[in-house]
Amino acid sequence: MTRTLLAIVLVLLLGGAARGERLIVSVSNHRVTVTPNYSGEELVLFGSVERDATTPADRTAYDLVVTVRGPRADMVTRRKERTFGIWINTDYRQFLHVPSYLALFANRPFDAITSPEIARRQQIGLNNVLLTQRVGGDYADVVPNDAFRSAFIRLRTERGLYREDPSAVTFLTPTLFRTGIPLPAEVPIGTYEVEIKLFATGAFIGKTETAFEIVKVGFEQFVATTARQNGLIYGLATAAMALMTGWMASIVFRKD
Amino acid sequence: MQLYLPIADLPVNVFLVLAMGAAVGFVSGMFGIGGGFLMTPLLIFIGITPAVAVASVASHIAASSFSGALSYWRRRAIDPALASVLLCGGVAGTTLGVWTFTQLRALGQLDLMIALSYVVLLTTVGSLMFSEALRALMRTRRGALPPRRTHNWIHGLPLKMRFKRSKIYLSVIPVVVVGIVIGFIGAIMGIGGGFILVPIMIYLLRVPTSTVIGTSMVLTLVTMLFATMLHAVTNHLVDAVLALILMVGGVTGAQFGARAGQKIRGEQLRLLLGLLILSVGVRFAIELVIQPSDLFTIRELGVSG
Repeated sequence: MTRTLLAIVLVLLLGGAARGERLIVSVSNHRVTVTPNYSGEELVLFGSVERDATTPADRTAYDLVVTVRGPRADMVTRRKERTFGIWINTDYRQFLHVPSYLALFANRPFDAITSPEIARRQQIGLNNVLLTQRVGGDYADVVPNDAFRSAFIRLRTERGLYREDPSAVTFLTPTLFRTGIPLPAEVPIGTYEVEIKLFATGAFIGKTETAFEIVKVGFEQFVATTARQNGLIYGLATAAMALMTGWMASIVFRKD
Repeated sequence: MQLYLPIADLPVNVFLVLAMGAAVGFVSGMFGIGGGFLMTPLLIFIGITPAVAVASVASHIAASSFSGALSYWRRRAIDPALASVLLCGGVAGTTLGVWTFTQLRALGQLDLMIALSYVVLLTTVGSLMFSEALRALMRTRRGALPPRRTHNWIHGLPLKMRFKRSKIYLSVIPVVVVGIVIGFIGAIMGIGGGFILVPIMIYLLRVPTSTVIGTSMVLTLVTMLFATMLHAVTNHLVDAVLALILMVGGVTGAQFGARAGQKIRGEQLRLLLGLLILSVGVRFAIELVIQPSDLFTIRELGVSG
């Protein structure tokens, strides 16, 4: 599917035209449809770094960091503790408006691309991505090694929803690049933002954005919408379905 | 074969879910129980969220118990009078249970409450049933006569009514109370409650075994249909595709289970069921006591603005 869509006219997006380079990118598929046999997919992001007259002549090697963010949601991370001999949820942290899917890709290790300070400012790496927590009445992100924050990232990573891969971006020529965006089977539905940041010799020199969406179509969409909008009819239909199935079975298996 | 579930939002293997439905259906047909206490943990185990699992299982149990109830009806093994009195209590109990459920959820720690009630209820019912059946088996092996049925205090209550098909003369008060209790427990724990109802009806109400399973199935059917509607209207969590796969597997399994159940002697049947209930209860207990492999869990609160 990705290959056929490669042929489709590119949707060109102009990047921050800062300092002489222009980033031109496109995703192989701007609309991923979740069908009954959907079980994960991989999109391809490709693009090129366009140089012009103002580009310093000695700047030839580029570094790229690609950030993919899925639809945002509020989540709760709970921690179990032993109380009276049994393990129960005692403490929790609420993560507000965090991406349900988050992927960070680069062409080489993040610390080799840029300084820790710029990485933090540009949110490069899972440790530097802003994850707002509500701690009591305050809203803030905490230190990267916070127990709840690292547990949150670990659990999301285990489900394939958060990932970081500093070798996923490959330069085909010094200016032409590509990367795969793997989508797990259990993919959140919604709009995904893709942000591509360009670095040269440790300095951030520009970025561009694109997006794609993941949608349910056909029967899945119909069922999901009906369940949400016409709960009563949906419930009646499910109840009727239950009775029909039960009745049919008793007819089929009746021994006379 | 993978299939994407529209409400649960994840792909599952159709044959795996079908097999799970059939296995639980077999057990439910054999013992005349809904099987919710087995199905819900199984679904959670394959990755479906507890809320969707509980909501979808309700409709699966409805289908399973309807097919079972129909075949018991043909064999005239349902007492319509007893069933309708039970239902009066059952509907009231379910409503009360759903209300309590909402209150508990607002207070937090609902998961713990559910797990604890599973442990207490399943281990108690399971061990009682197991030890009773064991004693009965020992008695028959020794060739002793079963103890004479004596009337207990329940038979002294007023408002007596004649239940013709069950050939019992009983006050309606305990019957309605039993209905309320089962409806209440069922709504909170997301189970049909057949496995508690059957022993209560046999030992407490002295309903003959010929009508007990069929009649309990009628109560399960109605409360579970009611629960399906409630979950669909309030939480929009019933996955009809998942439910359909479970139903098809479940009703098929239930038919074979019902036939297998008739070949096994009552005491042995109760022994097996007691063992099954006890093991599910113990499993829940172990989960609470043993240190979990991961102390942290994530729950999505829904897509924010």
